[in-house]
Amino acid sequence: MLGIIQNYWGMLLLSLGQTLLLTLLSLIFAFVIGLVFGIMNVTKVRVLNLIATVYVDGIRGVPLIVLAYFTYFGVPMFIRSLGFANFRLTALTAGTIALSMNAGAYMAEIFRAGIQSVDKGQMEAARSLGLGYGKSMQKVVLPQAIRTMIPSIINQFIISLKDTSILSVIGFPELTKAGNIIVAVNFDVFGVWAIVALIYMVVIVTLSRIAKVIERKVNVGNER
Amino acid sequence: MSEMKDDTKILVKNLKKSFGKLEVLKDINTEIKTGEVVVLLGPSGSGKSTFLRCLNRLEDITSGDVYINGVNVAAKKVNLNAVRQNIGMVFQHFNLFPHMTVLDNITLAPVELKKMTKEEAKNKGMELLKRVGLEEKAEAYPPQLSGGQKQRVAIARALAMNPDIMLFDEPTSALDPEMVGEVLSVMKELAQDGMTMVCVTHEIGFAREVATRVIFMDGGYIVEEGTPDEVILHPKEPRTIDFLNKVL
Repeated sequence: MLGIIQNYWGMLLLSLGQTLLLTLLSLIFAFVIGLVFGIMNVTKVRVLNLIATVYVDGIRGVPLIVLAYFTYFGVPMFIRSLGFANFRLTALTAGTIALSMNAGAYMAEIFRAGIQSVDKGQMEAARSLGLGYGKSMQKVVLPQAIRTMIPSIINQFIISLKDTSILSVIGFPELTKAGNIIVAVNFDVFGVWAIVALIYMVVIVTLSRIAKVIERKVNVGNER
Repeated sequence: MSEMKDDTKILVKNLKKSFGKLEVLKDINTEIKTGEVVVLLGPSGSGKSTFLRCLNRLEDITSGDVYINGVNVAAKKVNLNAVRQNIGMVFQHFNLFPHMTVLDNITLAPVELKKMTKEEAKNKGMELLKRVGLEEKAEAYPPQLSGGQKQRVAIARALAMNPDIMLFDEPTSALDPEMVGEVLSVMKELAQDGMTMVCVTHEIGFAREVATRVIFMDGGYIVEEGTPDEVILHPKEPRTIDFLNKVL
């Protein structure tokens, strides 16, 4: 096992970097998607509720691997058939889109639950002062909602990080793909997958520890 | 409004409010003049809180008109935010913003709505805190305050926009008995300064001492209204008499 690390540490590290890059990019987009659809879900405007529900249920009803195939192979093929003969998506772009849409649907639910966990008297008090809906959301409701959402967001981060392994199927050079490549060369199936598993574990445990610290810091001064 | 006299602050005409099939306000008509302190009394479920919440349209109005300084808040195209800046509201459960300091709670609206600079809002905020006796709590967070202190901060926050109407929705109902007095005395001072006030409260003593008018509601209607002397000491309607017998 040590031999694998000695021979392939550069490749493993590089692919881990790709994994983290994909996770981070996707989570940033997912946060925005979640914010938008989450708010659409809690407004009193029926049409927006409907759009948000269709998005969340639709995306959650499709396995990530299918979504990845669809964005990487299906969508470019369709666009090429419309006459854009040179249209292509890189594995990173397609992967980020698929993972962002997937995580975005879950984030929308996290936002919805977070916003609904804030007492409705908070919105009423803000509105009674003459603040508009957007300002009240931004200054009063969301800061409190996000605080309660932090554990769920961390959880989604970890899930998405693990989900990046699924994107090895579209050839994205992340950690699991690297594992596949190394196994194909040295046939040490046990050793390679043990090491890959260990790397995921170390990264995720470290991240969740850091996140716990952040969570504690954010809550200081606001014990209720 | 041609039908409104200059000193009319609030004019309510044929106000009706339903929640689904339940009609909570059935036909409310009244007029409140500048400087009046109106106390709404009535059994729970009589519609008094709903009535209060219709005045700044925290509840959508089913039908009828509510004029605030001549502006019909029941109208579809009304600029509600502008009207609300003129109406302070104090809630039963305070509804302070727990993630902001006491001072930030007070300065949020004037600063965000660009009524004052940060500096002006701070000065105004400190002045208001002094008025409610809580200057030293400016940097505290709401969860660190007692119920009475929270409600006094809530009053200061509601005053930050310089409203000329104040609405109180059972401001002392969630307080421990020993803290009721401090909140009522702030309200009393406000009344003496000439603020137009509408209060839903069960504090009969406050109504007798401070109110210029008492409105007794039951079943979605105004049953009886008049001076505290008329309504509380010499009620005419059987429902008012019945209610007062239970609470006094």
